Amino acid sequence: MKVRVERLTKQFGAQGLPAVMEATFDCADDGITTLLGPSGSGKTTILRIIAGLETADDGRVLVGDEDIIHTPARKRGFGFVFQNFALFDHMNVRENIAFGLRVRKATKADIQTRVDELLGLVQLEGFGDRYPTQLSGGQRQRVGFARALAPQPKLLLLDEPFGALDARVRAELREWLRRLHDATHLTTIMVTHDQEEALDLSDCLVVMDRGRIQQVGTPSEVYTSPATSFVASFVGSANVLRGQVQEGRAQVGATSLSLPGHVSEGAQVSAVVRPHDIRIARQPDERANSAEPHRAIGRIKRIVDLGTHMKLDLGLTTHELVTVHVSRKEFDSMALLQGESVLVDLDSARIFVDDYSV
Amino acid sequence: MVREAAGILMPRTASPARSEPLPVRLALLGLGFLFLLLVVVLPLVAVFTQAFEKGIRAYLGALSQPETWAAIKLTLLTAVVAVPLNTVFGVTAAWTLTKYRFPGRSILLTLIDLPFTVSPVISGLIFVLLFGTRGIFGSWLDAHGYKIVFATPGIVLATIFVTFPFVAREILPALQAAGNASEEAALTLGAGGWRILFRVTLPKIKWALIYGVILCNARAMGEFGAVSVVSGHIRGVTNTVPLQVEILYNEYDFVGAFAVASLLTLLALVTLIIKKVVEHRQARLVEGRNR
Repeated sequence: MKVRVERLTKQFGAQGLPAVMEATFDCADDGITTLLGPSGSGKTTILRIIAGLETADDGRVLVGDEDIIHTPARKRGFGFVFQNFALFDHMNVRENIAFGLRVRKATKADIQTRVDELLGLVQLEGFGDRYPTQLSGGQRQRVGFARALAPQPKLLLLDEPFGALDARVRAELREWLRRLHDATHLTTIMVTHDQEEALDLSDCLVVMDRGRIQQVGTPSEVYTSPATSFVASFVGSANVLRGQVQEGRAQVGATSLSLPGHVSEGAQVSAVVRPHDIRIARQPDERANSAEPHRAIGRIKRIVDLGTHMKLDLGLTTHELVTVHVSRKEFDSMALLQGESVLVDLDSARIFVDDYSV
Repeated sequence: MVREAAGILMPRTASPARSEPLPVRLALLGLGFLFLLLVVVLPLVAVFTQAFEKGIRAYLGALSQPETWAAIKLTLLTAVVAVPLNTVFGVTAAWTLTKYRFPGRSILLTLIDLPFTVSPVISGLIFVLLFGTRGIFGSWLDAHGYKIVFATPGIVLATIFVTFPFVAREILPALQAAGNASEEAALTLGAGGWRILFRVTLPKIKWALIYGVILCNARAMGEFGAVSVVSGHIRGVTNTVPLQVEILYNEYDFVGAFAVASLLTLLALVTLIIKKVVEHRQARLVEGRNR
C-alpha cells in the first residue's frame, strides 16, 4: 500500500511551538517505515493523525491515491498497536482478537478460523481462554498485534510497541516483528525513540526533532550521511565538537578541518564524528601537528573494555571530551595505558553549519 | 471506591518498628468497638427488638396495613424511576467530564456535588418554589391540571435531585483511572459509539457503576428531608416509607413504626453486603492488573 504524508501540521493550544510542522514523507511500500525522534518531537502525533485519533490542522494523508484525512478513524481500516497494549481486560484473548471481526459482522465460523490463525501467527496457541491480566507484557503485546491484524487492515500503525517491555523481551519481540512482517508484507508505520530498534527494523527512516522532519532515508543513508548534526548525534553515537569558520576552514579546538563547501567567515559550526571513525596514533609522531592540522592531542582518561571493541574517553588539550572506539587488535598493538597522550585524527568529521534557531 | 480499593492493597502488617505497644493497641481497638457498639449495633438491635416486641403476628400485621403498603409501593415506584434516570445521567456526565475538555467543565464538576452540600430540606423547598401553587410555574401547572408538589411527581423529582451525584461520583475516578486507550483501540477496530460504550467502557467500570447504583438506590428509598417537604403527608397517597415511619411513631404506634423501620434497616444491611462484595471484586480486579 502506497502511503504519503503531505505537509501535515498540527498545533496543540493556541500558542507555543507546533507539535508537527509541514511533515512530508513517503512510506516504504509494503515495508516498515519508522518515525524516530526524542520524546516531544511530534512522531506520535503524526501516527495518531494517520490513524484518525487526532485531527490535523493542515495537510493530507494519501493511502493509495485517496486522501483519508477526513475519513473517521473507525472507517479507515488501519490496525493500531498501543504502547500500553490497551487490551480489553474484561475479555479473554480470543474475544480481544475477535473484537474487530465482530464489528464487521463476520460469521461465527469465520471468526473462529481467523482467531485460530492469528493465535498461531502470534505464537499464543493455547492462551485463547486466558485474560490479559494473566499474561506477561510480551504476550499481551502479541495479543495487541493479533487484535490489530485480525480484520486484515490496509496499514499497520505501531506506537512504541515495545516501549513498555523490558530489554530482553524487547529484543525478542523485535526479531519476532521482523519475521511477522516478512510473512505479511503489510505496510507498517512505527514510532520509536529507540534508534537501535529503528535501524534494525526499518526499510525507511524518518528522523524528527521538535515537530520537524530532519531526514528521510534508508537506515544506512541516515547513518552514513546524516543531513544535520542532530541526525548525526541522534542516530548512532557521535562526538559533537563546536567550532567556528576561520580563514576558510573550521577551527575546532586546536584542529582545523576542511569545509564541505563555502561557509561564510565566522559562522558557528559543529564537527560531528562517530567514535569508530576517529583514528588515534601513538605519540611522538614524526609528522608534526602543524603539518597535519586535523590532528589533536588527547589524553586517555578512561579505558572501557566493551568486548567487541575498546572504548577510550579522551580529553583534548583544548578541554573537549571525545569518545573513541578502537578494535581490540589495534588497541593491543598500540599497548595504550590510561593517562597517556595520543594523536587524535578528526579528519573524518562532518562539518555542519549550526542552525541559528538552536 | 478506588480509595478503598487502594486501602485494601496497603500492607496488612505494619513494620514492628512503627506499630504501637500492645496495651495502646488494645485500648484503641476497645474504644473503637465500644463506640461502634453504642452508635451502630445497639440502635440496630433496638429497631428489631421494638419491631418484634409484641410478636411476629403484630409485626406482620403492622406491615400489612393498607397505608403502609401504599407507602412501600410509592417508595419502590420512586426508586424505579429515580435510579435508572440517575444511572443514565451519571454515566453521561462522567463520560463527558472525563472525555472532553470544555469551558465550564469545572463548574459542572462542582454542580454535580450540589445535592450533597445542600440541606435536603432546601432541596425539597426548591421544588415547592418552582412548582407549588404560588411557585414560578405553579399557576401554569394549575391551569393545565398538572399536580407536581404534594403528589408523586414532586416526590420523584426531589428524590432524583437528592440522589443524582451518587453514580457520577463513583464512576468518575474509575473512568479517569482507566484512561482512553481501550476506547481508542475499539475505534481503530471499527467500533461505533454505542458499541464502545456497552462493550468497552461500561464493562471496564462495571463494579464502580454497580456500587454507585446501589448507593443511589439506598438513598432514593431512604430519603426523608427533601421528600417530606414536597410530599404533603397525605396518608396512603404521598407517604413514602421513611415518612410513614415518622407518622406511626408520632402516633405512638411503636410496633408499627419500628416494623416499617426494620424494612429500611434491612435495605441498609443488604446494601452494605452488596457493597462489600463489589469492593472485594474490585480489589481482586486491581490486584490482577498489578500482577
